[in-house]
Amino acid sequence: MRETKYWTWHMAAGVVILFLLGLHMLIMHTGGITHLFAPAGGASVSKENSLYRDGRLFFTVGYIVLLGVALYHGLYGLRTILFEVTLKPAVEKALSVILLILGLGLFGLGTWAAIAAHAIAVAGTRG
Amino acid sequence: MAEKKEAVRTVRFHITRYNPEKDRAPYVKVYDVPVREGMTVLDGLHYIRENLDASLAWRYSCRMGVCGSCGMLLNGRPTLACNTQILHVAGTDLTVGPLPNFHVVRDLVPDLASMFDKHRAIRPFIVRADAAEIDDPEGEFYQTPEELEAYLQFTYCIKCGCCMAACPTLATDTRYLGPMPLAAAQRYNTDTRDGGRRERNQVTGSAHGAFRCHYAGECSRVCPKGVDPAKAIQHLKRQLVLDYLHLARRRKPCAKLHGPGQGKRLENIPAAPPKTV
Repeated sequence: MRETKYWTWHMAAGVVILFLLGLHMLIMHTGGITHLFAPAGGASVSKENSLYRDGRLFFTVGYIVLLGVALYHGLYGLRTILFEVTLKPAVEKALSVILLILGLGLFGLGTWAAIAAHAIAVAGTRG
Repeated sequence: MAEKKEAVRTVRFHITRYNPEKDRAPYVKVYDVPVREGMTVLDGLHYIRENLDASLAWRYSCRMGVCGSCGMLLNGRPTLACNTQILHVAGTDLTVGPLPNFHVVRDLVPDLASMFDKHRAIRPFIVRADAAEIDDPEGEFYQTPEELEAYLQFTYCIKCGCCMAACPTLATDTRYLGPMPLAAAQRYNTDTRDGGRRERNQVTGSAHGAFRCHYAGECSRVCPKGVDPAKAIQHLKRQLVLDYLHLARRRKPCAKLHGPGQGKRLENIPAAPPKTV
């Protein structure tokens, strides 16, 4: 049943990605027109608009959640593809461990970056 | 006595030959077969063996699409040789090969042992706690027409291996259970007399189980008996997830209705007609 657990979370992660990535696309591609979470005007990716979003806890948490679910969804998918080339059970196990370590490493790095950006943005707001 | 029909045309059979004891690799040999209307591919193979090449090997038994022995690749499609008429599938040429995704014993004879090993692993029989009833059945089990309908189509599977040969996942992942065993698992899981779903979940929910299905649907397209294994696998996935989330309805295997001779007899059943033979 372990694979059932992995697969169920893979599907759930897909649904979360659909929502968060949709929000990300909306902000990135329409921010210049609608000023949605881009109050400084201009492009959504401008420094001022980025700092505005980074300073909000909702976005910091959103970045971390999106990173987590995207890493899980993507790496589980990669594992599935690799499993389909008929590997030896020992290789499959080693591959799972490598992908787990890779995923946790990237998640840690991304989380640190999101928190650091949040701290910089908050410090900048306080002057 | 009906007259023997004249040959309508000559069809060139391109048959994949391979004898592991002699050949280094499979090769194609061509035979010209005079084809009459209504002649099946199996008839064509018999013609070749009787008139052209006695060394050709294939497997067959019932000759009427019931035993599932003569599954082979006809013009790139896995199907039964006995219920495929040559004139329905071939113009001037017909390619005949062994079922893919299996080892070849010789010529057109696939080794189906891997399929039956996987089939055995999913416990393809009614599993119940009351072992005495299984060993020595002495009662009846009530099942509504709807409950029967839920699994009936999956009982039509004849284990010919055509679905396994058509499965693109099995082509790369030889450890994948495949459509036939997974459909069989769904057949028994859905049976109200059965109580072995949790045991089967250990196998069907494994790393090479139901979740590896990409839903290409080829298994259902090629099944010569009209079974829909792709549908069974999707139902199986849903059931596995519901079981994992503890959202599945708890179901006990239906109880024995009554013992022999204790059931309520219907009145006014007309007597059987007299024997004619």
